[in-house]
Amino acid sequence: MSEISWGLWKLLLNGIWITVQLTVYSAALAAVVAFAIGLARTHRLWIVRFVSGAYFEIFRGTSALILMFWIFFVLPIGFGWQLVPMWAAVLALGLSYGAYGSEIVRGAVKAVAPAQREAGIALSFSPAQQLRKIILPQAWPGMVPPFNNLLIEMLKGSALVSIMGVGDITFGASLVRNATGQSAPVYTIILVMYFVLAFVLTRGMRVVERHAKAGVGQAPQKREGLRARMNGGQVNDFARSGATPGGGAAQ
Amino acid sequence: MSADSSPSKETVNPAVDGSELIRFDKVTKRFGGNTVLDSLDFTVSSGKHVTLIGPSGSGKTTILRLLMTLIKPDEGTIKVGGEYLTHEDRGGSLVPAGEKHVREVRKHIGMVFQQFNLFPNMKVMRNITEAPMHVLGLSRDEAEERARELLDLVDLTEHADKYPTQLSGGQQQRVAIARALAMRPQVLLLDEVTSALDPELVAGVLDVLRDIAHSTDITMLCVTHEMNFARDISDDVLMFDAGRVIESGSPEKIFSEPDHERTRQFLSAVL
Repeated sequence: MSEISWGLWKLLLNGIWITVQLTVYSAALAAVVAFAIGLARTHRLWIVRFVSGAYFEIFRGTSALILMFWIFFVLPIGFGWQLVPMWAAVLALGLSYGAYGSEIVRGAVKAVAPAQREAGIALSFSPAQQLRKIILPQAWPGMVPPFNNLLIEMLKGSALVSIMGVGDITFGASLVRNATGQSAPVYTIILVMYFVLAFVLTRGMRVVERHAKAGVGQAPQKREGLRARMNGGQVNDFARSGATPGGGAAQ
Repeated sequence: MSADSSPSKETVNPAVDGSELIRFDKVTKRFGGNTVLDSLDFTVSSGKHVTLIGPSGSGKTTILRLLMTLIKPDEGTIKVGGEYLTHEDRGGSLVPAGEKHVREVRKHIGMVFQQFNLFPNMKVMRNITEAPMHVLGLSRDEAEERARELLDLVDLTEHADKYPTQLSGGQQQRVAIARALAMRPQVLLLDEVTSALDPELVAGVLDVLRDIAHSTDITMLCVTHEMNFARDISDDVLMFDAGRVIESGSPEKIFSEPDHERTRQFLSAVL
């Protein structure tokens, strides 16, 4: 048993940076996959729906960890090239969390009132314009909270990469634990680290959510002081009930 | 309602020579086993205001939705301005129309819905300017100028910068009318546009529509339960029952001395 030295602390701090990078890159890939697959699954051509549905089922139904091993160990055998562990991890996390995300996109798009699309047709917008100008902006506020959940899931899921030797928080923790033999402090420290990262992400996503809601006329979204919030609950409830996406559109 | 701006500026119409603008030719529409329109024939001349009346489920709204290409006919053809709406003439044979053809023909048609269907993600101004800019290719300045004229027509100039959810139902419906007119359609379809409104808001919307009907030569097809309004604005009234036109004529005739017993029954129930 020995103290955690500055050098070992640096391992953990460096791990935070790696975890943040992993989360950001994987989230970017997952977002692209989620929108591409989610929208493809609402396409009018059955073949597009079929292919994207197959992707969704396969990647949702396989473990991210096994996928990571597969990309890292099996792909080189088949194709003769080897990804660095970091990018293999990003690929595995992005592809599988993107599959989960596609369900969020599909659900939110389906939840926009059909009458909104009809109004778009009546104004002769092309299908792409309807999607870009009418459907997605209205679906977006509904996607943000479940995306936040998924993002935090992915942050925590990124710990899987430590098994492949990518130096994230969890990998740093096991090194420090090996060096010092102290499990309790080390795992308590990284528990707090993950929590703080998740909390920061949640606060960030709240800002995104407020912004998204303001974009469909569901303001006011300004933060009030604690006193105002305690007294002004009614005002906020009114603002919330004031509108739903596609409000006044149900036939 | 302000009638002082000249609404005729807002709508460019084809020459109103009474020529045929809309033709339904043996149009049948079924929903499941239910035949909503049964081999329907009718025509509307350019510039006319036609009101469709009849009991619920008689197929009135279906006609408007067919014209707006929100649904497709099961049989028969529809022509607008001499062009097939639902079909394309390819090498002498009629084939179902492609998306591009449909979009081209329906540019001449505008629709106002019962539930307004404004885009909640756009402020009033953008609701009106978006399609003229991105479908008709107007510049932002042109589109905004057109929108301001129309907002003046529907008496909502000061609300241009609000979201639809910040307006009353009557105001939203007037924005929806302005939005449809901004495309300068030849045909305006009005689908029970006051049915979702609180009673005290109905008059404002009808006043705007009366303005438009009397001061422009836009062709209007109107499904409504507001019989006084129908009497006011219509050149022709078509009485529907069970997917067929059972009687048509001037509003004076239909409302005062209908030929058909079914029409009499219907009118005595709604008037």
